[in-house]
Parts: sequence; structure tokens; C-alpha cells
Amino acid sequence: MTAAGSRLRWGILLLVTALVVGAAGAYAAVAFQRFQEGKTAVSTARVASGAAVLAKGSVLFRNTAPGQGYGMIGTVPLAEPSGERSLAGVACDRVYGTLQNIVCLKTNRGLVTNFEAVLLAADWRPATSWAVPGIPSRTRLSADGSLVATTVFVTGHSYGSAGFSTETVITAAQGSGGTGNLEDFALLVNGTRITAADRNIWGVTFAPGQSDTFYATAASSGRIWLVQGSISARTLTAIHDGVECPSLSPDGTRIAYKKNTGSPLAAHWRVAVLDLATGKETVLSESRSVDDQIEWRDDQTLLYGLARDGAAGDSDIWQISADPASRSSVYIEHAWSPSVLR
Amino acid sequence: MSDRNGGRKDLAPPATSPAGPLKAPFRLSPVILWLGVVSMLTDVSSESVSAILPLYITGFLGLSTIAFGILDGINQGASAIVRIAAGYASDRMGSPKRVALAGYGLSMVARVGLLFAGGFWALTAVVTADRIGKGIRTAPRDALIVVSAQPDYLARHFGVHRMLDNIGAAGGPLLAFFILMLMPNGYATVFVVSLAFATIGVAVLALLVPNLKTPKPGAAPDGKIGPARGFRWRLLREPGLGRLLVAAGILGLLTVGDGFIYLVLQDRDSFAVQWFPLLYVGTNVVFLILAVPLGRLADRWGKARVFIAGHVALLACYLLAAAPAGGLGPTLACLVLLGVFYAATDGVLAALASQLTPPDKLATGLGAAQTVVALSRMTASVGFGVLWFALGPSAAMVVAGCCLAGGVVASWFILRGGLRQRPAA
Repeated sequence: MTAAGSRLRWGILLLVTALVVGAAGAYAAVAFQRFQEGKTAVSTARVASGAAVLAKGSVLFRNTAPGQGYGMIGTVPLAEPSGERSLAGVACDRVYGTLQNIVCLKTNRGLVTNFEAVLLAADWRPATSWAVPGIPSRTRLSADGSLVATTVFVTGHSYGSAGFSTETVITAAQGSGGTGNLEDFALLVNGTRITAADRNIWGVTFAPGQSDTFYATAASSGRIWLVQGSISARTLTAIHDGVECPSLSPDGTRIAYKKNTGSPLAAHWRVAVLDLATGKETVLSESRSVDDQIEWRDDQTLLYGLARDGAAGDSDIWQISADPASRSSVYIEHAWSPSVLR
Repeated sequence: MSDRNGGRKDLAPPATSPAGPLKAPFRLSPVILWLGVVSMLTDVSSESVSAILPLYITGFLGLSTIAFGILDGINQGASAIVRIAAGYASDRMGSPKRVALAGYGLSMVARVGLLFAGGFWALTAVVTADRIGKGIRTAPRDALIVVSAQPDYLARHFGVHRMLDNIGAAGGPLLAFFILMLMPNGYATVFVVSLAFATIGVAVLALLVPNLKTPKPGAAPDGKIGPARGFRWRLLREPGLGRLLVAAGILGLLTVGDGFIYLVLQDRDSFAVQWFPLLYVGTNVVFLILAVPLGRLADRWGKARVFIAGHVALLACYLLAAAPAGGLGPTLACLVLLGVFYAATDGVLAALASQLTPPDKLATGLGAAQTVVALSRMTASVGFGVLWFALGPSAAMVVAGCCLAGGVVASWFILRGGLRQRPAA
């Protein structure tokens, strides 16, 4: 390399570096400014002036309307879902509420980003909280608010180091009781205990009026089951195939769930309903892939979240009647993670 | 020795004592410094993205990630195999820089794709390209380090490179989380910043690293007609290299992934749950601090010895992780031991492999060592996963530790046999 050639190369390098650093810096500055403006901008949804109150006959959800109050817990009356929403000043990634308390799974961003489950009292004040070992996925409370189920994606640092497995735990809202990781429960399929290494449990739903029984999804070796769990016996008993993220109807007779009609790698989840007494499965007309744990608005109607087209980070809650002839319609715009306060 | 080694003297350790007057003083080659800077910039770029990718996929895009984990396993396998192929291509062309540039370039292009990738498959394609790029660049880059380094200080030069590399690996996640701290949904900004680092890295490589040649196959230094062209399994039967690959393979099969060690620590006390991301950064910081000192030690005391001693540190880490006592002290000690393991094995293995490979097959030999290590460690992760569920974390760790103890002894004998022609260092 000659001296002149060397100088030329250094010149080019400095130029490239200056251009690239300048461009990235400018992008970051604009993004930051837009974020600041967005944070203080008027919400794209209509927001009531007063603070949210937990009231029977309303829906609790995560507000995803860009602008002020993004990510915060919101409520609307069941009868008037498109009306003004009331916001509580608490931000969550996943939220579920009963009249007694609310569970909020959140990401604490910082140089050390970690994840936390917070149990809020009915006045939105945090009662207890505990660290969870991964990214929030699902959460449910039993009808009386005494049991909390959480599912998180346990990740290693990088995208492959610990695989992507889920950890699902049921915790007592008060006191120290809890199940620990549900993977440690005995998984029984047709009377045989499954001990395969790759057991994964996710998506708990509680049986109304029962303190010991719950339902969840269990998977192992590429197979997926609906399991009925018993907290006292520490067992998970498979009762049906191919049911993911079950959700028990308020009357306890039917389970709404997502059914994978694609392949394990390219999933397409249809909304389906299982009659527990007859074992009859009904796939509904929603043609888009629904990756959510469904919530029952009442004993006939289902609620679920779908990402909003062309607006990353925003979503809508849709409704559909549990009847194959029914068509879906938007229930609450700019919202996610619904739970009905009944 | 046959003339295939081109009369290289460095198979034997330095003839004089380490402080002897005949040995030239250590001089850091600027080529290695620049290669280290390239790796540092590239690691800031790749680690900043991989640290936040799970959060981006699940938290922001709202996709389930189980399938992503499966695909990533396939990608890692592909990346492992690409290493030996890229090494072979580099030897055939006799120009490692061009092959390395292609690898770094592919990863940079993947970053551009990240800005536009919306869905699951697009993201998967981007991550695959990034992985393949990493697979391509590693062996030719290590070959460039070997041809630029003073043979007496080879491991130390590798240590300097790995130190710079790990500054990037530790800094990347911190940078990414800092951006997300300022802007909770600032994923696009992280991707842009990542692209900027990758671009500067490629520019430094293209502009400042000279296009050093390695001898092409057939062009024997003394003018004799060389062996036939093409990849030959015979290379793996080089007296030392074959043994080294066997030893590295055995030890790799008994090396449980870091992710599992972190999970064992997490399983033991809730302290580690909260600080989970810092476990990784902590290991990297220890690695970068010790990379140069342990490289120096390898040059003086023997590379094979340090390589094996590194696995003894890993063994200690397993046992400590399996021990019932939790808390801050044992957790930190585990991280330090894990860092020692990487510092004593990563660059040292490359230095060892290069010493045992004829010059015209340098990158192939380096790539072969990396492929063996990557594939055996992948197998180890799968096997350990099975063990984990069958026995529970602590018992699985103890079993892995016992096997590793056996593996360390076995590889000691394997490597001693291969290095017998060397006088005891």
C-alpha cells in the first residue's frame, strides 16, 4: 500500500463513517422526537377524562391507541364498546382483570431489561409483584381472583441459546401457595405418563366455581393436547387433541381455543369451540390467523385480539358468535388483551 | 516431517525460555488490530439485534416464537457446516480477505432486510442470512490473523482479537436496551443503528485490511509438485489436526450451552431471574478481560494445556452451578469460570488448529475445527435438554460434569499423543 493510496483509503473510511453515523444519528433523533410527540399527542381513541373504575358489566383491556395512554389499562362498558374509554395509569403488556383484582405482566425496560407480574388491587394500586423469567405471553385469573396463571416465553440471551420454551405457573394471589412450573406436573395421555424431554405447557384457563381444576395446553414431540389440570393432585390429564390456548365459557360447558390448521412451522390458527360434554368441535368462520387466548363476552360471544394492518404495535379486539354461520366484527378498536368483568 | 509442512518450525515451541534474548519482542500487527475492530463493530451490530429480537417478535409483532426457535436450530446447523466450506473456498482462492468480506457483507445486507421485514418468514430469512454470513467469515478471518501474527505470539494475537470481539458482544445488548429505554417501541432505531455499525465494520475491513495471500494448494513453497487440488479427507489425518478435532469434538459434546447454565442459576434463586440479561454480559466481560492474559499463557505454557485447563474451569462451573448453595457469590463465580473457559479455549483452539495445519490448507483446518466445535455443541445442547427433563437441573449438571471430567482426561491423552514430537514445554 503506497502512502497516497493509504491516505485515500483513510479518507474514504472517514467519509463513509461520517455519512453512516450522521444518517443513523439523524434517524434516531427524528425517531426520538416523534416518540416524544407521540407520547404527549392526543390519543387516537376517545378517552374519558376521569380515571377508570372496576365495574361489573365492563371490559378491561390494554389500550393500544397511539398517543397518550398507549399500553395502559383501559375499560369500556360491555354495552358500549366503541364509546369513550377510561384509562388507569398503569401500563402492561398483557392484562387480565376480575372485580377483585387485576394481573398485569410487564416489561421493565432498562439497561437490564426484565419482566414482572404485578397484582393490582381494585383501586389500581400494586398489591404484590414477582419477577417472571421471560417475555409475557398469557395471563389469567380465577373468577374469584384468588389464583393467577402466567405464561411467559423463556429465552436465552440470543435467539437460540436456550430454545424458545414457555414457562407456565399458577400463583396464589395471597400467601405463598403456588404450583411452580406446570411442566413438573405429571402429564397423562390415555393413562400413560409422558416423560419426554420437550414437554411444554401454556395458556391456563380456570374452571368457574372450582378452586382446584384448570385447563391448559400441553405439547410434546409435536403433539398438542387440551389437558385438565388438578392443582392438589399435580396432574395434567389430556382430554382432547389439538387445542391451544383454551378458554372456558362462563357457564363452564364449552372451550374456545385456537386450532392450528397450518403446519407446526407455518401456523394458521382458526377460532374454534369445543363442547366439553359431547366432544364436538366447531370451527368458526374467522379466516385470519388468531394468535391470542380467546375471552368469552358472555356464553355465546367470543372476543379476541388481531394486529391492525399496517400499524405495528396497534391492534383491535374482534367479536364473533360461537356459531359457524356468524361473521366477525370489530368490538373495540385500538385494544388488546380483553377480559370481561362479571 | 514431510515437506507438506513447508519446513515450518512453529510446530515446536520456542527454543528458548520465554524471557530468552533470542525471541523477538511482541509487536501487535495492525492487521489484527483492524480485524479486531471489524469484529467489534460487527458484534455490536449483531448482538444488539439478537438481544432484542425475542422481545420484538413476541412483544411488538405479537407472533409466537416456538417455531422461530426450531428454525433457528436449523440455521445454526447450516452456519456450522458453512464454516468448513468457507475455509475451503478461502484456501482455493488463496485470498481469505475476499471470502471474509463476502461473509461480513452478507450479514450487513441482512441488516438492511431487517428494516423491511414484516412477517415471520421475512424475519426468518433475514436471520438465516445473518447466520450464514457469520459462518462464512469466521475461518478466513482467523486465517488472516494467523498469517499476520508472529508465530511465537500466535495465541496472544488471537487473544487481542477475541478481546475486541467481546467488547462488541458485551456492548451491543447494552446499546440496544439503552435505545429501548429511551423509546419503548424504538426497534426500528435499533435496526438502523445496527446497520450503521455493520456498514462501518465492512468499510474498515475493505479499506484497511490488506489483501494478504495464503499459499494456494499445489504451490508448494519449495517448488515441488504439490498434492492434487480439492478437499481431501487426508487433511483431517494430519498428525496433529485429526487428534485435535477428535479432542475438540469430545469436549464439545460435553459442553452444555450457556443458556442452560443460566437457566440452572435461575432455577436456584430468583436473584438470577431478575438479572438474567446481565449474566450474558458478565460472562463476556470476563472473557474480554482474560482473552489476552490467557493467550500469553498459551504461548508460554502450551496451547493444548491451556485449552484443556479451560475445560477444567468449565467443569468447576458445572459443579458450582449444581451445588445447593445459591446467592450472589456462587452465581458470580460461575460467570467468572464460564468467562475463563471461553478465554482459554476460543482463540486458543484457533491458534492450535492453525499450527497443526499445512499453510495451503490453513482456512480449511480452522473451519474444520469450528465446524466440529459448533456441531458437537449443538448436539450437546439437545442431549442436555433431555437430561435436564429426565433428572432435573442439578442432577443433570452433575452428570454432565462427570462426563466432562472423563472427557478432559481422555482429550489430554489424545492431545499428548499428537504433540509427542514436541519437547515438553
